[in-house]
Amino acid sequence: MNAIAPLTTPAVSVDIEGVNLSYGDNHVLKTVDLSIRPGEFFAFLGPSGCGKTTLLRLIAGFNQADTGRVLIGGKDISGLPPWKRDVGMVFQSYALWPHMSVARNVAFGLEERGVGRAEVDRRVAVALDLVGLGHLAGRRPSQLSGGQQQRVAVARTVAVEPKVLLLDEPLSNLDAKMRVQVRRELRDLQQRLGLTTIFVTHDQEEANTICDRIAVMNDGVVQQVGTPMELYERPANLFVASFLGTANILDGTVVGTGGERHFAIKGGIKLPISADITIPDGAKLVFRPQHAALTGPAASAGDGLALPCVVAHREFLGASVRYGVRVGETEVAVDTPFQSGRDLHEIGADATVTLSPHALIWLAD
Amino acid sequence: MTAIPTAIPTATSTLPRARRLSATPGQIALALAIAAFLLLFLGLPVGTVLYVAFTEKGTSNFTLVNFYDFVRTELFMRSLWNSFYVSAMSVVWASVFALPLAYLTTRFVFRGAMLVQTLGFLPLIMPPFVGAVAMQLFFGRNGSINLLLDDWFGFKIGFMEGLNGVIFVQSVHYFPFILINLSAALRNIDRAMEEAAQNLGSSGFRLFRRIVFPLALPGYLAGASLVFVKVFDDLATPLLLNVKDMLAPQAYLRVTSIGIADPMGYVISVVLIVASVIAMWLSALALKGRDYATTQRGGGGLARRVMTPWEAVLGYGVVILILGLVLAPHLGLLLLSFATIWSFSPLPDAFTTAHYARVFGESSVYITNTLIYATLAGGIDIVLGVAIAYLVLRTKLIGREWLDWAASAALAIPGVVLGIGYLRTFYGVTLPDGTPLASLWITIVLALAIRRLPYALRACYAALQQISVSLEEAAENLGATKARTVRRVVVPLMAGGILAGFVTSFSTAAVELSATLMLVQSNSDAPLAFGLYVFMQSAAGRGPGAALGVVAVLLVALCTFISHLIIERSQKAKGMGH
Repeated sequence: MNAIAPLTTPAVSVDIEGVNLSYGDNHVLKTVDLSIRPGEFFAFLGPSGCGKTTLLRLIAGFNQADTGRVLIGGKDISGLPPWKRDVGMVFQSYALWPHMSVARNVAFGLEERGVGRAEVDRRVAVALDLVGLGHLAGRRPSQLSGGQQQRVAVARTVAVEPKVLLLDEPLSNLDAKMRVQVRRELRDLQQRLGLTTIFVTHDQEEANTICDRIAVMNDGVVQQVGTPMELYERPANLFVASFLGTANILDGTVVGTGGERHFAIKGGIKLPISADITIPDGAKLVFRPQHAALTGPAASAGDGLALPCVVAHREFLGASVRYGVRVGETEVAVDTPFQSGRDLHEIGADATVTLSPHALIWLAD
Repeated sequence: MTAIPTAIPTATSTLPRARRLSATPGQIALALAIAAFLLLFLGLPVGTVLYVAFTEKGTSNFTLVNFYDFVRTELFMRSLWNSFYVSAMSVVWASVFALPLAYLTTRFVFRGAMLVQTLGFLPLIMPPFVGAVAMQLFFGRNGSINLLLDDWFGFKIGFMEGLNGVIFVQSVHYFPFILINLSAALRNIDRAMEEAAQNLGSSGFRLFRRIVFPLALPGYLAGASLVFVKVFDDLATPLLLNVKDMLAPQAYLRVTSIGIADPMGYVISVVLIVASVIAMWLSALALKGRDYATTQRGGGGLARRVMTPWEAVLGYGVVILILGLVLAPHLGLLLLSFATIWSFSPLPDAFTTAHYARVFGESSVYITNTLIYATLAGGIDIVLGVAIAYLVLRTKLIGREWLDWAASAALAIPGVVLGIGYLRTFYGVTLPDGTPLASLWITIVLALAIRRLPYALRACYAALQQISVSLEEAAENLGATKARTVRRVVVPLMAGGILAGFVTSFSTAAVELSATLMLVQSNSDAPLAFGLYVFMQSAAGRGPGAALGVVAVLLVALCTFISHLIIERSQKAKGMGH
């Protein structure tokens, strides 16, 4: 029985310290500091052009930092060429060599390490079984489906038992259904191997579902690091709030002080603010669609807040109904659970958005 | 009763689809016309060659005795071996020239990489036999290099002796085929292919041997097989270097000196065809399932490395040496065209412009003829190319692929074989006034058109493939008929590709000699390449010959450059540029 051996050596940490990188005038990474714990499944999440792939390639040795260093297991590897780093990377395009069979692709890294023939064969078989493709060892990459190619790329990388596994948007070339399946497989594999893994993606759902922690990046800067739930519930800034899930953002100004303090939303609506809340300068009011409720006009919100609004859109989503309502000049989304028989708000009707105080987040840019 | 009203709309609604599946009468007529043309001017001459080779002389009985004679004749067997040896060695030397240029310019940050790639094409725009004369002057027994060697060191090198001369001239002339294909293959390797190997611990020469080289191999093989076939079929270069014991010269000499009734010329032709077909088949076999173009979404090819100072010295040294070598024929030709006397000295004695005066005076008929022939041949090629591409890609006509195959089959027919076929087939056909069809200049045009059709066809094919069918459907949807759609939408969009096809046909037809050498009946009908050949055969004619050669090179270069400009501009106008 080919038991999947967990790592023979303990998992290692990855530390990125003060990394800056520029291409000419283009400052791609701006003083990036990150600590990735041993055995962690970590994601670099951000829109395209945010520097997440550049950072991953920096760890693999394909990019050179202008300043700062990368430590793996506490050891500085910044000066090493890619072939001496022992970090396994799965490329976005998979980069399977078309002139080699699946087995030869997987054997490549072992052969480069001078592993004996018999041992190479054994470890190729183990790696291919690991991804469930033992029966396709003799095929050429071009004869495989996208999902199979992706698994071969993973097998090729883990076969050399790297210290760290780097995944560069590994799901982006797969269709939606395969994506869900493969991301679970990746998570299972990482759990079994106990391998420190870094996953680059622009898709927050992918990052949320399989990663332990996420670094949200934008414009070359790490915006926030945390577990998916931390990021969702306590985003550090407006970018993080709107990049992870849908966020309603109300622009306005804080007027008055103490008990008289209130938030004047653009368009003329005023909200009282309880005295115990501290609000950063220039902050906006943020809340999630499912944390608000929609009631009839002139309703009271109890100890919460009530915002008069007009219903502009209504979308039936199955389990819920999403309303687009205008509060002053701003349109916000409100999700209400769908229950058959209950009356829906009509488009054009006056209504009230009610919010409980702890659903509110105050965030600056 | 209720069935009838529902049946009628169904019938009418399936009618347009049924018409789309088969072809319109116009398309069928077009296909038949093309088929007739190909049959008459490609199938019939080649068939005649085969027929004569396999029949007893004087009768029409099938026999293999001609081939038995071929095998028994020592001269023919030696010629076969020589042709094979020269072609193989030309591939080797062409590779020696092409590999460093391709590797250095695609893998390193190399100043002047564009210049190297452009200069690398230059030998192709001159017929190889023209270069042969210039090479004699530099590298011959009493050429510049050997005179200097003899002066300084007291020995000479036989660069141009016998078969070596042919190998030298051919490898210098044809190495761009390997350079172009190999460079493209190297550029098409996705950077991730290399990075994945580095990531798994590979670097340096091992990385090259295990990843880069295998991925570029198909491109190299494609170029190498092309060089092999071209050299195997070339007629004029060995003849000009006075090497007669090779197959193509033998075929020519048998037919011209013994007569068109002698079967041996035809037997040699069959051997030439078989060798061509085998070489192409082998390369197709080697390339099968190996489309390794791995770049994705326009992503960059292999990473280019900065050279260390020593590498740079070595790299630039090698490149300059090779470029000097391959440009030597052009330089020699230019010198020769201005030289009064150039013999037994490293450089000409004095300079004159008299040769050019002669070329533009009494010999300008060669230039006029070439322009007419090459334009007509190129015109025929693009008309046929567009028509065949359209029929194959846009209609469901039964047997349409056969048109494509038949037109492409011309690739496997050596020029000298086509020439012999034309001579034999059309000599018997006479016009009302008694002149044989084979002696009319239009025969030369047809032979050129057939020879260059595969290239024009590929260009038209590629152009049409890039046009989305929905553009045509939109025109039809707005009321244009098929014919008007082709005229108003398809052809304008294909214009760049059509022009590229025309230029390829035109410029290669302008310097073609293998097929036409046999078909030229009088000096007044002769094209430029023939005039060059005649001039170059006598010592006195070399000056005017060189001047004519320079004119030919400039003509082709100018046409290529202009068409390049036009294509670039039209692509920019259409927003198809990058």
